[in-house]
Amino acid sequence: MTMKRLTLAAAVAAVAASGAVSGALTTAQAEDGIYIPLLTYRTGAFADSGTPIANGMSDYFALLNARDGGINGVKLVVEECETGYKTDVGVECYERTKTKGAVVYNPYSTGITNAIIPKTNGDKIPVLSMGYGLTPAADGRVFPWVFNLPTTYWSQASVFVKYVADQEGGMDKLKGKTIGLIHLDHPYGKEPIPTLEALSATHGFDFVTYPVPPKTMQDQRSTWEKIDSDEPDWLFMWGWGAMNPTAMKGAVDVDFPMERFIGVWWSGNESDVRDAGEKAAGYLAGDFHGVGDGWPLFKDLRDQVVGKDGSQTPDSMVGETLYNRGVFNAVVVSEAIRTAQGKFGNRAITGEEMRWGLENIVLDNARLDALGLAGFTNPINVTCQDHEGSHPVYLKKWDGAKWEKSTEWIEPMQDVVRPLIEEEAAKIAAERGLATNNCSS
Amino acid sequence: MLYREAGQFKTNYVADQAIFPIRQDRIGMAIVLLFAWVIIPAFGSDYFLEIIMINFLFFSLAAIGLNILTGYTGLISLGTGGFMAVGAVASYKLAVIFPDLSIILVFLISGLIAAAVGIVFGLPSLRIKGFYLAVATLAAQFFLDWLFLRVDWFTNSSTAIEGVPKTVFGYLVTGPNAEPFAKYYVALAFVSVFALLAKNLVRSAIGRAWMAIRDMDIAAEIIGIRPLPTKLLAFAISAFYSGVAGSLMLFLFYDSAEPDLFDINLSFKVLFMVIIGGLGSIAGSFMGAAFIVMIPIILTNAPDLLGLPISSDLAKHLEFMIFGALIVFFLIVEPNGLARLWQIAKEKLRLWPFPY
Repeated sequence: MTMKRLTLAAAVAAVAASGAVSGALTTAQAEDGIYIPLLTYRTGAFADSGTPIANGMSDYFALLNARDGGINGVKLVVEECETGYKTDVGVECYERTKTKGAVVYNPYSTGITNAIIPKTNGDKIPVLSMGYGLTPAADGRVFPWVFNLPTTYWSQASVFVKYVADQEGGMDKLKGKTIGLIHLDHPYGKEPIPTLEALSATHGFDFVTYPVPPKTMQDQRSTWEKIDSDEPDWLFMWGWGAMNPTAMKGAVDVDFPMERFIGVWWSGNESDVRDAGEKAAGYLAGDFHGVGDGWPLFKDLRDQVVGKDGSQTPDSMVGETLYNRGVFNAVVVSEAIRTAQGKFGNRAITGEEMRWGLENIVLDNARLDALGLAGFTNPINVTCQDHEGSHPVYLKKWDGAKWEKSTEWIEPMQDVVRPLIEEEAAKIAAERGLATNNCSS
Repeated sequence: MLYREAGQFKTNYVADQAIFPIRQDRIGMAIVLLFAWVIIPAFGSDYFLEIIMINFLFFSLAAIGLNILTGYTGLISLGTGGFMAVGAVASYKLAVIFPDLSIILVFLISGLIAAAVGIVFGLPSLRIKGFYLAVATLAAQFFLDWLFLRVDWFTNSSTAIEGVPKTVFGYLVTGPNAEPFAKYYVALAFVSVFALLAKNLVRSAIGRAWMAIRDMDIAAEIIGIRPLPTKLLAFAISAFYSGVAGSLMLFLFYDSAEPDLFDINLSFKVLFMVIIGGLGSIAGSFMGAAFIVMIPIILTNAPDLLGLPISSDLAKHLEFMIFGALIVFFLIVEPNGLARLWQIAKEKLRLWPFPY
């Protein structure tokens, strides 16, 4: 009886609270400064990957605030919104934070990226999806608000083929060889297939796919048995989360030659290969930024942020691949803000001004040097047409304990990739009725 | 005192068969509709309309659909997510292939396509019931999920299916640039009409046949109810509602979605709504949807509103714990769902202030 009365009271309170929430949300505004919402996933099935990225980003912004007092004197107001890698929660985070003056979104989830890309045209807030998301968005004429710099999956796939050709002794030697692709059977994992199919047609190699369904990604025995009996000459991998360490184990079990096994940049974190350790030595992975803590910037991060109040980073995480990717992402955001301030004045900028900043970002060797990141990445030069900005990818090799740079920066086959991107972008533009900017102004 | 039916006499059958025979209920419903149609769109922020209300509305529709099948006909289904996917994919394909087709028709035809799929997967229900049927519908969920991820034709070989911009009476109602209140009105119109239809369906001969099947299928058969058409009709109508809900979800909420959004978790979410709201109650479907959709959002926003300086991941963990505790609490207090609680409250009000 009393219990039931209590329940009713609770229900009434919940209804009242929902009203209060909606009222309060409209009035909440960020305090003075540049407001950067971070959609993070420190919880859920992908937390192992999401946490280092989130730490890298928030640490760099904290460093800017602590060391330089923000950017050109304007403080950065960073707010994390936890998505748990769930698309509906990500959309909720986006809608909640966009009214507070958000300048850019970095969702780190293909699902959330796809869901918010259509909203960016109307909301006039850019999306920066570094090395993931919708590949055709590299065509800035159709997707003015989306930036997937420094390079895309399709570029990377062509770099892998180039590397293979180089090892085999030339493009003409690809004929008759077999390249396999073990991939997460999910839109993300299927991304490189059109590119590799196009290249297989022009260069005469056989292309075989080995899909791994997400539901059974932690048991890949049948897939690896098939790879073992097919014996492809080379094997590429497009995996994420728990698929990666499981695949490494599978490759070790069937004694697949590691130096002929190349992973996407999302299959190249330390945690992916650490379990396999020595046995995975020789495994290659693509990347677009440096690994390790050998840059002056990381010393600053250690001195002023890591271990201090507000940072959740354990010292050992500094220099890991995904932590560095988070830092690199934050560097791109802050440099775009700086670029925008150069044109619009040293104040809190808007999403529209941020878009201009991203499109005109200057990240050359001199600037990287000044940031304490000399040689950390290939120089980036975004244009109105080309939102990739850089394109090259390099390969790193696992030596059993750490990653080592294995190749120089390899330029992708732009003559193959770019037409594919433009064709796909045009198709989406026609479907969604998007206007195409001719980039003349 | 306020809620008392003394003095309200019914003098004809029409009055006796009204949906809301008591005057206070009619007034209450009028107030709810006034809020839904006028006050919320007039005063709600964009965030409130898009994230809370539209989200709540399409889930209500899906919950009504599942309630028809599970609550009224007694057939447990785990295929709701799959039927919603059929609706979403069908509406996307229709909108792309027939650019001139009205969006209202697109949604309705998508619902019909989902209904056809529902009939196919409902066929086993004649032979199996209970947990075995749940497993058979699980097959529908997995198969449809698999189909839309693998076969490129359904997604036009892109990674996501999109809500195509469409207008109603010259007003943009779908797509990313539509005003939230326009989207809200479309969702509300669909939910209002179909909730009314569902309410009348379950009060009609069809609804009574469903409930007869639910309560004892052999007895129902003996009194002349044909099980196969009755069960298949329940599957068809349930899948129709789920399909329309899926279309609304894609066109009014996500704008662009990966097919794997419609996975088994979505089926479970709708099933939880029905169980927490109350099996065999249309009002309960709304309450369940409100509970599952709104409570996490309120909890997510709570630390911010109260000014608690806790990190976002800790807040998320707390949200999970409190939400889980609330579900357990409500199910212990009233296993028959929120709708039953509401009914008890009304009965008590009738006696108040002199309970016996």
